[in-house]
Amino acid sequence: MTEVYRPIGGKLLTRQFYFMGVLALIAGYFIIRRFIFGIGDVSNLSDGYPWGMWITYDVVTGTAIACGGYAMALLVYVFNRGQFHPIIRVALLTSVFGYTLAGISIVIDVGRYWQLYNVFLPQYANLNSVMLEVAFCVTLYTLVLWIEFSPAILEAMKANRLLRQLRHVLFFFIGLGILLPTMHQSSLGSLLIIAGDKVHPLWQTNIIPLLFLITAIAMGYGMVVFESLYASVNLKRELESDMLSRIGAVIPWLLLLYLVLRIGDLVMTGNLAALTRSGSEPFLFAAEIAMFLFAIVTLLNRSLRERPTVLFWSALAVVLGGALYRFDAFMIAYNPGPGWYYFPGVGEMLITLGIVAIEIMAYLFFVKKTPVLTVGHAKLEGRG
Amino acid sequence: MNIDRREFFKVVFAGAATALTAPTAQARPPRELSPDAVGILYDATLCIGCKACEVGCKEANAKPMAHDTPLEQAHGVSGVWDADNDLGSRTLNKIKVYTNGTAEVKDRELDGFSFVKRNCMHCVDPNCVSACPVSALTKDPVTGAVRYNPDACIGCRYCQLACPFNIPKFEYDKPFPKIVKCEMCSDRLAEGAIPACCEACPTGASLFGRVSDLLNEGHRRLTFQPGERQDYPVNRLDGGATRTAEVAAYYPKIYGETETGGTQSLLMAAVPFEKLGFPALGDESRAQLSETIQHTLYQGMMAPTVLLGGLVYAAYRHTHEEREDPTAEQDKDQAEAKAEARRHD
Repeated sequence: MTEVYRPIGGKLLTRQFYFMGVLALIAGYFIIRRFIFGIGDVSNLSDGYPWGMWITYDVVTGTAIACGGYAMALLVYVFNRGQFHPIIRVALLTSVFGYTLAGISIVIDVGRYWQLYNVFLPQYANLNSVMLEVAFCVTLYTLVLWIEFSPAILEAMKANRLLRQLRHVLFFFIGLGILLPTMHQSSLGSLLIIAGDKVHPLWQTNIIPLLFLITAIAMGYGMVVFESLYASVNLKRELESDMLSRIGAVIPWLLLLYLVLRIGDLVMTGNLAALTRSGSEPFLFAAEIAMFLFAIVTLLNRSLRERPTVLFWSALAVVLGGALYRFDAFMIAYNPGPGWYYFPGVGEMLITLGIVAIEIMAYLFFVKKTPVLTVGHAKLEGRG
Repeated sequence: MNIDRREFFKVVFAGAATALTAPTAQARPPRELSPDAVGILYDATLCIGCKACEVGCKEANAKPMAHDTPLEQAHGVSGVWDADNDLGSRTLNKIKVYTNGTAEVKDRELDGFSFVKRNCMHCVDPNCVSACPVSALTKDPVTGAVRYNPDACIGCRYCQLACPFNIPKFEYDKPFPKIVKCEMCSDRLAEGAIPACCEACPTGASLFGRVSDLLNEGHRRLTFQPGERQDYPVNRLDGGATRTAEVAAYYPKIYGETETGGTQSLLMAAVPFEKLGFPALGDESRAQLSETIQHTLYQGMMAPTVLLGGLVYAAYRHTHEEREDPTAEQDKDQAEAKAEARRHD
């Protein structure tokens, strides 16, 4: 663990950065409308579809994509794979913003945001509520992520004294930072259990917490690989393909376990018969499985996964497969009964897009201005 | 690949085994009906579709009548137009109609029609109460009415997702919205009155009473022969007022007697309930399943605490070097000196 992190420098206000800024401003306009005229003004949410794009993408999928920090911490600190340590900080960076922006999305999505703190008041706590566990854990984990990431900021600020003190307690937050996602990434799946028949039988299962947890970890690794390769190309840095392919090698085992559990459960409960039902659901199910199978086949093969292009597409397939699983369960294969229909509204989608843009802007800012990436890779002064 | 697969699978399978076997371990017992629980028995065969209950409901709950702006413009009129088409954030109680074919005869499934009343079912084991993170939805310990407290509500709408009847409604059109649902006129109950819909109902189709008594009344009706004339209580079961009516051929079931663990709104009709828009639900509430799974995984936070201990220990062991690592290069010597000093302590 002797790696040295450096800000990669370079111009921050590039054309791409301005483009992201415009997307963020558009989202800002719709967010203001939402707070003045109500949720119905910008979204197509309804009494039948109370949760749409914001919960499905920004919260449920967004935090799973942001599981890179958690997945890498599992590898480094639980399975003691110190060789992956250099990548932890950049993985944490994505996690910090994924979770922080999921938190901001929740403020936009909930109707009575000014009372959100009620979640933390003991007189209101309902310990039977899966939502309480999710809300509590996600908030706490967002704080833990900022603490885990703070050395990068403190180094940039040259606050060495504070940094040294922090180093002596950080192990506690690392431990907590592994426990909390284990709890809430599974609970995000458990949220759907109570919805019963509204969730299509191909997705509704009592082991949904386990399925959500495994896919979240797999997506975390997938995102670390995908993002590192993508950033290396865009920020003109040397590809860390050796390390990334070794991370990629973990994924197929997780996905195999997931497929065995998911299909085994469908067979045991008899819900596999729902595959013969009409509608788009069986095809969506097949698409999820196909993406995961593609990743399993390519990532199990050493010579294939060592090729950056293959690794890139496999990692993307894991992320998209996991995202589709979440979209299906929460939105597409969710049916509250006859007479209800949902497709996200324009304002709704633009708010989500703006939030993604802010995430990318924040990533670029921190990578360029704070020590997040390890040195020894920079080929050229990044212009990104 | 130098990931230790054995170690990896040990952890993963231990987790999987716990998750798969645990939920069957100790199910949360179903919730019991309070002995004083009250409810509404709606008998579609008595309903004449006058919607007096809707008017009474809107009055009691101070909900505005609906406007239909395009219709008003088309006909050059304005003002209060008609009731909403369905339950919504302004409508807590709604009479709907089922029709089939020629819809000639009332209370017949084929070529017939039937009215049906929709409102909160006041489940014995309500999913919404289990789902709400901040206890904004609660079950009255005496009457069993499911009540809403806007001061607690954060507007997350998980209750809407959880309710099998799609009852809680949300004010999507307001900047400071609330959840809206039938609370069985709890304020009126406290004053000794009965729910506005039952008071308004002229035929006894909406009947207020103790749930156990209402169930007895329902089973009494199921023994009636179609075509004979029988006395039906009006407004409230113990009120004494009755009305004689011709008996229709009941569908042999009281909806809500067992559904989702039982409901305090009960329904009788001549048409199968699925045709009237009621879902076929099992005898156990999803709340029971959800809580069983969640509490088995967490077991009073025991499992997470133990896991946290293990994880913190693992992190402590594997961050040894990090803790002693010099913080920044320009600080190197100083840091080492301090670390050295600490080691000598």
